[in-house]
Formats: sequence, C-alpha cells, structure tokens
Amino acid sequence: MSMHGPIATHRSSTGIPSGRLAIWWLLASEVFIFGGLVACFVLFKLNGTPGFEDASLTSVTAGAINTFVLLTSSLSIVLAHAAIEKGDRDKSFRYIWYTIGGGVVFLGIKTYEYTGKIIHGHVITENLFWSFYYTMTGLHALHVIGGMVIMALISFDIRKGHNYQRVELIGIYWHFVDLVWIFLFPLLYIANF
Amino acid sequence: MSQATAAVQTDTHAEHHEELSFLYKYILPVDHKIIGMQYIFTGMIMAIIGGYFAYAFRMQLAFPGELVPLYGLVGPGEYNMLVTNHGTIMIFWVAMPVLIAGFGNFLIPLMIGCDDMVFPRLNRLSYQIFLVSTLVLITSFFVAGGGFGGAWTSYPPLSSVAEYSLTDWGASLWILAVALEFVSFLLGGINFITTTMNARAPGMKWMDIPIAVWFIVVAVILFMASVGPLVAGAVMLFMDQRLGTTFFLPSGGGDPLLWQHLFWFFGHPEVYVVLLPTMGIVADIISVFSRKKLFGYRTILYTAFATGGLSFIVWAHHQFIAGIDPRVANVFVVTTVLISIPLAEMMFSYIATLYGGSIEFKTPMLWALSFLASFLIGGVTGIYLGASALDIYFHDSYFVLAHFHYTFFPITIIGMFAALTYWFPKMFGRMMNETLGKIHFWGTFVPFNCIFLPLFLLGLAGQNRRVYNFQNYPDLAKQELQDIRIFATVSLIVLLLFQFVFIYNFFVSMFKGEKAPNNPWNANTLEWSTSSPPPHGNFKILPTVYRSAYEYSVPGREKDYWPQNEPPE
Amino acid sequence: MSDAYAHPNYIKIWFWLLGLLALSVAGPMLEIPTLTIITAFGIAVVKAYLVAAYFMHLKFEKMIIWFLLILSLCLLGVFFFGTAPDLMMTEGDQWIDCIADKSCVEQRL
Repeated sequence: MSMHGPIATHRSSTGIPSGRLAIWWLLASEVFIFGGLVACFVLFKLNGTPGFEDASLTSVTAGAINTFVLLTSSLSIVLAHAAIEKGDRDKSFRYIWYTIGGGVVFLGIKTYEYTGKIIHGHVITENLFWSFYYTMTGLHALHVIGGMVIMALISFDIRKGHNYQRVELIGIYWHFVDLVWIFLFPLLYIANF
Repeated sequence: MSQATAAVQTDTHAEHHEELSFLYKYILPVDHKIIGMQYIFTGMIMAIIGGYFAYAFRMQLAFPGELVPLYGLVGPGEYNMLVTNHGTIMIFWVAMPVLIAGFGNFLIPLMIGCDDMVFPRLNRLSYQIFLVSTLVLITSFFVAGGGFGGAWTSYPPLSSVAEYSLTDWGASLWILAVALEFVSFLLGGINFITTTMNARAPGMKWMDIPIAVWFIVVAVILFMASVGPLVAGAVMLFMDQRLGTTFFLPSGGGDPLLWQHLFWFFGHPEVYVVLLPTMGIVADIISVFSRKKLFGYRTILYTAFATGGLSFIVWAHHQFIAGIDPRVANVFVVTTVLISIPLAEMMFSYIATLYGGSIEFKTPMLWALSFLASFLIGGVTGIYLGASALDIYFHDSYFVLAHFHYTFFPITIIGMFAALTYWFPKMFGRMMNETLGKIHFWGTFVPFNCIFLPLFLLGLAGQNRRVYNFQNYPDLAKQELQDIRIFATVSLIVLLLFQFVFIYNFFVSMFKGEKAPNNPWNANTLEWSTSSPPPHGNFKILPTVYRSAYEYSVPGREKDYWPQNEPPE
Repeated sequence: MSDAYAHPNYIKIWFWLLGLLALSVAGPMLEIPTLTIITAFGIAVVKAYLVAAYFMHLKFEKMIIWFLLILSLCLLGVFFFGTAPDLMMTEGDQWIDCIADKSCVEQRL
C-alpha cells in the first residue's frame, strides 16, 4: 500500500475504499454512454428500419470466439487480483499479462472481421446497422485498448511493490468491458428477432 | 478507518514539504485550491467573450445593418454564430466551470475538513482536458466558414450536413469541444462525489455537510447520469458530419428527432446541474448574513433530491411543438408543473430563514437576495411555458428567452458574484471593497432587469428567437418594438460597463485590500476555521466536527455563531 | 484494504459462463424467434449477473453500489420509453400523407 498523496485519499467514511467507489461511479456513467448507444440501436431495430437484417452477415463464430476470449480474460484478471491479495506479485504480474494477451487476441479477431467486411463493401456508411456496428464495436475497442494500457502500467507498479489495490480496480473496469461485449454480441451478431 | 485518521491528525504534511517550483505550483498544480482558481479564471475570461458576443448581436438587433463598434458587421450567418456560441459559452464554459468545477474544487475539501481531493492528479487532468476543450472551441471561430451557428441545441440536419450549416469544420470542432468538456466534468465529478462520500472529517455525518457541498455533489450526480446518452449522440453527430453516416438523416433511415431526445434528456437535468450549486451557495450566504439557522435543512435536501429525480422526466417540454404525440406531451405537462413544487419549497425555506433574522446587507447578501427575486420571476414564467397549449404560441419566442435569462443569469452571473464576493477573503487573504461591491451590484442588477423584463413583452408580441433583423418582418418592425430592442441593448452596454468596477475591485483588492482575518463573516463552516488563504494541506490540524453547519444565534450562547469544529464545553 | 470474504470459485463460474455462451450460440440456430430472444438475451442477462456478482464482487459489496447500477439502468429505461413513442409511432389517426400523394405540394403547404 502506498502512503503518499493526501490524507483525504486514505479516509473512508462509507467503508468502501475510495478507489473502488470511484471506479463504480465511473462505470455508472459508462453505463449511460454505452446504454445510450444500445438504446438508440434498439429503437431503430424495433422500428423496422431497413438494414438491420444485416446482423445475419456478421460472423457468429468470430463473435462467439471473441466472447470466449473476453470471458477468459475476465477470469485471468480476477485470478490476478486473488494472487495479489495473497501478496504473490509475480503470479499477479503474469495473470495481468495473460489478460492483456486476451485483449490482443480480441483486437486481432476484430481487425480480421473489420477487414473482411470492408472488403465486401460493408462500410460504415452502407446503412444504419453498419453505422451502429462500427460505432459500438469501435467505441468498445477503444475501451479495450485503454484498459490494456492501464493494466500494463499497473503490472509494472505492483512488481515494484506499490499500489496492490489497483489490480482489483482495473479488474472491475475490465469486467465492465466484458459485460458490454456480452450485450453487444447478441445485438450485433444474432439476427432473426 | 478512524484510527488511521486520528494517528495522522496532528500533522498534515510535515514530512514531505518540498518547495514546489512555479511550474508545479501554478501551471501544473495538484492542489485543489489552485485548480479551482484555474477553473474560475478560465470561466471568467470566457464570460468576457460570451458577454462580448452578446454585445455584438444585441447591437445588430438594435441598429440593424450598421457596423458594430469594436466588432464589425454582423450579417445573418455571423449573427447565428454569435448567438450559438454565446449560449454554449455561458452554460458550458462559464456556469459549470466557475460554480461547479471552480468553487466545488476550492470549497469541498475545505468544507468537509480534509487536506485535498481524494484524487489530486485526476483533478489536474480534468482541468487540462477542460483547457483543451476551451482551446478547441476558440479554434472553431477561426476555421474556414467560421464558428458553428446552429444554436447551442445543434439540431440535425442543420448541424450534421455542411451544405446546410455552412460551417464544415466549425460545427465539428464545436461538438468536439463540447464532448471534451463533458469528459472533463465526468472525471471531475467522480472526484467530487468520492471525496464528499469518503473523506469527511471525523464527526461529520451526512446531515452536517453544508448545503453548498451537498448541492454541488447532487448537481454532479445529475450531470453524470444525464450526459451519457448525449455523449453517445455527440459521437453519432460527429460521425454524421465527418463520415457521412445517417444516424440523424431520414434519407438514410435515421431520425432527427432522436437527437432532440438525446439532447434534451441531458439538457433538462443540465439546467438543474447549473442551478443547484448556486442554490446551495445562496443557502449558506443567507444563513450567515441573517445570523439564523437555515430553515428546514432536511427538507431543502430532500426537495433537492426530488427536483433531481423529477428533472429526468420533464425533458420533452422542450419539444412540445416538434411534432410529438400530444398525449405524450400531456404527461410532460404534468411532470413539468410538478417540478415547480420542490423548487418553490426551497425558495420558501430560504425566505423563512430570512424571516426574523438579523440581516446584514453586505455585498454577498445583496447578491443572494437578488438571486431569490430574479429566480422567482424566472421560475414562475416557466410554469406558463410548461402548459403545452400556451407553449404553442410561446415556443421559440422571446418569452422563452426572457424566461431562461431570468433563470440562467441569476444562476450564472449573480451566483458567480455572490460566491466570489463571499469567498474572496478566504481565497486571497484580503477583503474586497464594500462600496465598490455595492456599486457593482446595483450597476449589474438594475440593468439586468432593464434588458430582460421588456423582452417578455417582445415575446408576447410574437417576436421569434434566432432572427438577425426584425426589420424584415412588417409586424415586428414597428417602432414601439424597435424602441424596446434599443432600450435592452443600451441596458446591456451599461451592464457591461459596470463590470469594469468589479474587475478593478477584484484585482486591486487582491494586492492592496485590507488583510482578511480567518473568519471575517463569523461563519460556522470549516473553511473559516483555517487561515485566509489556507495553508498547504488546508488545516494545521485536521478538524473534528461536533455539530451541523447552521448553528447561528443559538439561545443561551454569547456568540451568535458556533463553528462546526469548536469542541463542546 | 481486503474485506473479509471467502473468494468464490472463479474457475467454476468461468465454466458456467462458457456453458451459457454455448447455449446462447446454439439457441438461435434453431431459428424460433421467441427461443432466440430467450437464449440470446436472457442468457446475456444471466452471464452479466454472474460476472457482476462474482468477478466484480458485487455479492460482497455494500448495497449502495447495486442501488447505483439498478438506478442507472432504470434511468436508461426512462430515456428509452420516453423516446420510443416519438420515434416509433409515426402513424397517426389524423395524419394525411400529403407528401406521397403530392396534395401538400399543390396546396403549397
């Protein structure tokens, strides 16, 4: 644990440590951002806007593999948290990097998907479905990249013995990124409803 | 947790007090007081720009077609740009930075008795993102095509198609600036909420927190809950502008009405986001300068929660004549009229606080009282607009404009001056000049009413908003109406000239004012228990709290105030 | 800063999640609309609950955080149901489609 920073950072009148409280507030506001996009998507979809049948053109296999990858990376980050709680810095470091590896695989599959679709002419301006597809998965991917960067920084920090509590915090953020994908997957990949 | 705080209570920062360089003290500070002042100064500079724009477009309205001194010619496109950016700047770059980010930053750690915000470096980052957003907005004025002119509400397709808006990059930079400003306030908000929830002084229960802090925190929560869908909308609008997507274009399957809903779902809670901090500041000022306990602390708090909650279900009253289903409009009429009840209750509580008090007419109190009077007019005229049948006539007329200036001006400008004159001694360690303060007050309050009261009449006469020259409309070109426009413009010029009195008072007092004691107003809240200005770490010894913030004129006590941190006898 | 609770068996939860993933992919393949909705979205909700409760430790967290999240979802619902009538109910009893039959154009409306 680090003791630099103001005393305010170490107080906890609610009993919830400030870092965790802050992450939950961050996630609450992110719920509104992604939720806003999803709500707009659903509004157009339920309205019968043309183009939304193109959900059958996205590859369910790629989407399912990506869901598997993110779920597994969620597992590895929570195991990293369990490890650091016992003080095992090296195990935690390894598991954080497995999670980052999961992120790389996820982004790789998404790149393969995007490339394939664009070559077939399904660009962002083709119809509203594709506009939403690229916007939502693109915004999600930016959050994945951000999470990976921060995870890397935290991994080096804990290896030096500082700020063990941050593994849990980036874990909570990463689970949220996973949660968003859990909902994007049926919305964008499964047609026929 | 309390053991940890007790152990370090005696010395806040003796161990690591390295003297910081100028760069790390004033340009890249982590100290909440300096960051707060950075926000306040940036906001005040933007207020000058926003006021300058108002001067330019009002001159065009009063003397159409003539060269505006110190500006130039205001054609129709230029007029739209001025009006759009005046609104955008005043709400997002003056009201929110000064009252929420500026005073919130300065006051919250002081008023809850801790040494800084919980995340000082995140605090610094929030300001830096805000500064970038300011620069992006200013850049938008100078690109080809000029600044965005599609109104602060930015409805597509006008705002999403460059052929219609004629401001290709101006529109994109505008929405980018707004989006960045949102991100900055989201991050800042997390800091404020976490600090208030967690870093309170020992003994400070939820109901001992001063209303000023409560209301800033509630405002920030409202902001965080309402801005998300609009951030999504801003991303969609930006993509429509730059990539040619059709989220808001019917030709591509999109819907312009969707933007309206995304915008106003945020836009309505936003007005309460800017209102609540000023309401909170006024509550504290009224209590101090009536030497009386705040009437109904809990009630005021619960009505603030009620207002916040209700604010999420009134938004479509901005869309009554946009073609929405009248049955849906009925629902929103009911909720809109309902929301006036908790707000009125708050006003009544403030008036009840004044009743029987021993009123001191110092400058901050004058501002607080004028806030009550002006906001009352603004609020009452809002009820007329909330009736959808009346709104058919009033929508987009000057009646609406006068209504929201009678609410926004008290919130932004009067609130800003109330807070500045009240906390100036704490921030700069010197007293402002009372006489100049009073001259500035009257020179602002009277002209403000002279500008906007007649505008109700113009609205009733059928004058529309966002029109650059009423001489083109025979019904509105009548001399009586043009006289009112000229009167309003002249009043604006008088108002702007009186601001020089404030600028003089502000800067001269900062360097030459009478040195301020710790507690010049004999107030109870924790910021007055430390030196003016507070030292690094805010308090030599972190305080413990024994009572609520409003124990004024308690019977049986010699002094008429009872600081929160004074130990019981 | 560790709160005293026993860690759940994360690997077991992971297996459940993978099983649910398989179900949610298989269900839609049967191409029955109602079943698709239940398997695709219903299971998404269940997976979300498992991730939130066990991986994010919400089961062991103070109630206020659940409250915050549920309130956020309710407000999103308010946005959705407030906007939906406008965007989705574009037919009206009194509306004449005068653009299609060009009668507005003739009347210069």
